[in-house]
Amino acid sequence: MKKLARQVVFYSALLAIWALLAKLRIWPPYLFPPPWGVGRALRDGFADHSFWIGIAVTMKRMLIGYSLSVVLGMLLGLAVSSSRFLEETLGGLLVSLQSLPSICWIPLAVLWFGLTEKAILFVVLMGSLLSVTIAMEDGRKQMPKIYAMAGRNLGASGFRLFWSVLLPASLPFIVNGMKQGWAFAWRSLIQAEMIFLSLGLGQLLMMGRDLSDMSQVLAVMILIIILGYLVDGLIFRTIERRLQDRYGLSPA
Amino acid sequence: MSTSPQNAYPTPVPAVPRPGVRASVFHGKPPAAVTALPLRREPEVVVPKVTLDSISLSYRTTSGERLLALDNINLEVKPGEFLCIVGPSGCGKSTLLHLIAGLHQPTSGKVLIDGAPVTGPGTDRILIFQDLGLFPWLTVGGNVEFGMKMKNVPRAEREEKTQYYLRLVHLSKFKDSYIHQLSGGMRQRVALARALATEPDVLLMDEPFAALDAQTRDLLHDELERLWAETGRTIIFVTHNVREAVRLGDRVALLTFRPGKVKQEFSVSLPRPRHMEDTDVARTARNILDCLRSEINKSLEAEYADEKVG
Repeated sequence: MKKLARQVVFYSALLAIWALLAKLRIWPPYLFPPPWGVGRALRDGFADHSFWIGIAVTMKRMLIGYSLSVVLGMLLGLAVSSSRFLEETLGGLLVSLQSLPSICWIPLAVLWFGLTEKAILFVVLMGSLLSVTIAMEDGRKQMPKIYAMAGRNLGASGFRLFWSVLLPASLPFIVNGMKQGWAFAWRSLIQAEMIFLSLGLGQLLMMGRDLSDMSQVLAVMILIIILGYLVDGLIFRTIERRLQDRYGLSPA
Repeated sequence: MSTSPQNAYPTPVPAVPRPGVRASVFHGKPPAAVTALPLRREPEVVVPKVTLDSISLSYRTTSGERLLALDNINLEVKPGEFLCIVGPSGCGKSTLLHLIAGLHQPTSGKVLIDGAPVTGPGTDRILIFQDLGLFPWLTVGGNVEFGMKMKNVPRAEREEKTQYYLRLVHLSKFKDSYIHQLSGGMRQRVALARALATEPDVLLMDEPFAALDAQTRDLLHDELERLWAETGRTIIFVTHNVREAVRLGDRVALLTFRPGKVKQEFSVSLPRPRHMEDTDVARTARNILDCLRSEINKSLEAEYADEKVG
């Protein structure tokens, strides 16, 4: 309760300072809109459905691109972690590729796929695939070996060993990788949308810029923050906390 | 100290290079000609439950040199026997259990169960790991049930047996708890129930009580002794605690330090139930300990040497 109170005070103060600065008119309103201006932009955006459409389009791409990268990343991670040869060759390549910001894939994607949906999905995939792969690989390596031994000792082998022991044993690592993958996919998608004419939130942001509508820019930024927080902070953190409780990994 | 009337002294049985030609229990001093004796004394030939036939194991260390971990180990365990293996840390006791469990293969030699060679893990031998390896994603009941599930035991039977074995280790109330919610002693009992539930002939236990406080450990000793008597399983129990070995075992095998070899075997014929505080247990342990001391010193020297190098 105390924590909530402190947070309320903090955000109210932040809003108050913003409102005060806007009222003082140090900068013109089209560069520094007041909170109520942004509020109005949010309301109008939802009223004319453009924000709804933006959210729907962005989330759809996110789901497709992210699901693709999770499935591929897990398979790739499994492959890399179970073969010495792949680990020494492909493993190194993957780590070095991860240092490439995903936006660098945009020129390549445009040349390959044109200004299409496929190009956006490609960028999202490249943005999150590697972190899922690497997390999966780490998970397989860091997973305590005793679980596999105990499983074999109790009569599990082959697919059943994988399904009933190896998979659940590495679940905390997998979820961590999925969470990281989500964060990367989210960033990549918004970046890609800012460059394409594509209906998503990224484009709404750029449209705000083109129209010199600072209120809309801020409104869309707030939307992106809220959506990202909802998924990352609520969904993933809840799953993580549940897992930690269940596996006895939580500090308390 | 004089010889106790109840044979409190351990009776040393020299390690015999070949298996199959040794009486398991000697009273008094070991005779000079060991090899000739068994056939005359024990006319009925009992097929040993577990036979370790010239087991050796070597492996390559990270620095590339070959290390001999186990050197020509010969041991026989009779059906229903409680054998304790004692040795200093690093003597390969745990490795030996892993070999019997079929989790690793020896470099040379054979592990036989009922006379048949072991080729891999099997539910006729269940190992209770030092770190237990209980599955945190399953409930206590789920853990106990796991082995039966892998054996495709029908659900109704599984549930019945899970109940039975949980009752046996006094954990019925905790069937739906998760592992991290239990105390150390309770986890040990879950591991025991999980192992027993697959109904193995041989129970392999790797220092299972090392991390427990003395009271809990004493309690679990009593329970293990009771379960052993009730279920008639063969138990091979590894420990570095000589008193514990004497407290529990019918026989104690002493392993040397690096490479692990059977230095000596002692038969313990103290009456059961025993207790850690029994003077007879203490005296017997004392004697084995004297024998073990030189090995412990070797192991400590090696550890210090490692430290200096590292």
